[in-house]
Amino acid sequence: MTDEPLLRVSALSKFYGPRVGCDNVSFDLWPGEVLAVVGESGSGKTTLLNCLSTRLLPSSGTASYRMRDGQFRELYRMSEAERRFLMRTDWGFVHQNPADGLRMTVSAGANVGERLMAVGDRHYGKIRATAVDWLSRVEIDEDRIDDEPRAFSGGMRQRLQIARNLVTGPRLVFMDEPTGGLDVSVQARLLDLLRGLVTDLGLAAIVVTHDLAVARLLSQRMMVMKDGRVVESGLTDRVLDDPRAPYTQLLVSSILQV
Amino acid sequence: MPTPLVVSDVAKSFTMHLRDGIKLPVIASVSFSIKAGECTVLGGPSGAGKSSILKMLYGNYAVDEGQIIVMHDDGLIDLATASPRTVLAIRRQMIGYVSQFLRTVPRVSALDVVAEPLVERSEDRESARGKARALLAQLNLPEKLWALPPATFSGGEQQRVNIARGFITEHPILLLDEPTASLDARNRDVVIELIAAKKAAGVALLGIFHDHDVREAVADRIIDVTAFAPGKIAA
Repeated sequence: MTDEPLLRVSALSKFYGPRVGCDNVSFDLWPGEVLAVVGESGSGKTTLLNCLSTRLLPSSGTASYRMRDGQFRELYRMSEAERRFLMRTDWGFVHQNPADGLRMTVSAGANVGERLMAVGDRHYGKIRATAVDWLSRVEIDEDRIDDEPRAFSGGMRQRLQIARNLVTGPRLVFMDEPTGGLDVSVQARLLDLLRGLVTDLGLAAIVVTHDLAVARLLSQRMMVMKDGRVVESGLTDRVLDDPRAPYTQLLVSSILQV
Repeated sequence: MPTPLVVSDVAKSFTMHLRDGIKLPVIASVSFSIKAGECTVLGGPSGAGKSSILKMLYGNYAVDEGQIIVMHDDGLIDLATASPRTVLAIRRQMIGYVSQFLRTVPRVSALDVVAEPLVERSEDRESARGKARALLAQLNLPEKLWALPPATFSGGEQQRVNIARGFITEHPILLLDEPTASLDARNRDVVIELIAAKKAAGVALLGIFHDHDVREAVADRIIDVTAFAPGKIAA
């Protein structure tokens, strides 16, 4: 285990005119750590995720990322090209709607292979073999490799999106409601798959979710957001079993028991 | 005998913000220590705060006041104020916990639920499964259940999976929250054997046992938690 974080976020804020997106958010993320960001719609969690993944530029604050050479780089001072390169190689972004993260009109195999080509792989046989391997890791049969994701179910599309993101061996993955909109049985399968992959690959991840059960299953640490601010943070089980902020107590007490 | 964990002047209360912020004091001035190779038992009626003490020692409940000093990485760390990352490291290396109920994960087999703590500690999956099989067999869990997710198991079966998961690691400190509550006599005896083996290996155990016979069999020392009732000192 390294002693240095992978990502350092300090006083990050994003305002949309007079409205607050997220306000003064600070945290460190270490390699292999999964951080859940929870809160209801409009709490600023997606704004935060978009700022961290540089899809959106913050109004103020800094975020620095430890590159593979061990040097910290300030994300918002990188050039557009450098950020795109980071996005393609060292990072992944799993969207709630797989159609936003996949190319729906090219084959499943090409969706996975494309990311490999983006990092310089040119050998067709090797790319295809890696694609087959990743499809099987996300439990998609090899005989579906030439099908377009349009022909896939919602759960399969989401698993394909995960394969596309993980094939380049990223160190940090952003996930926006990765199980949102899926049937519970499909959700369970996806969660189990994600848990296994995160452990096996030692990934760091930031997972935005409004589902506290998803946060409990996937994350070690948690931040609770309300009106753009972090109202409580800590170990996931501590926050859920001994919530201290009024808003966290409300969230936890609102869970339906089955 | 070394003392791997010392609790001093710990207090805990719950503030219920949804009920006009009323404050429920649970315990105050909790002070004790546990020793390697001994099983210390927390005694007292339900609601006295026994489980809350265990949960604070595991970092699962926040601590209002006081210190919980744990030996960690050749140094001493105050768990009450440690960062989440440090608490996770202490859970990985120092403190194990057998909760009252198993939290099941969809689709993961009983065998892998038990093996998981070792796999997380970088042990080879097959060797971890081998140890898991041995423990489940010792706890008389029918072999036909091993490959199934425990969500649909009976209370006693789930508890045995939970015990196996807690006992499979080699943590120097082990916290036990009523591990025998829904077990039959035969399996209670197995748990007593498992605890004896941990003691012999130099583990410091701290547990809650409502079953009189189990308590008699395992306890080296009983701490009466009613002594830590809030207001007791002030009164």
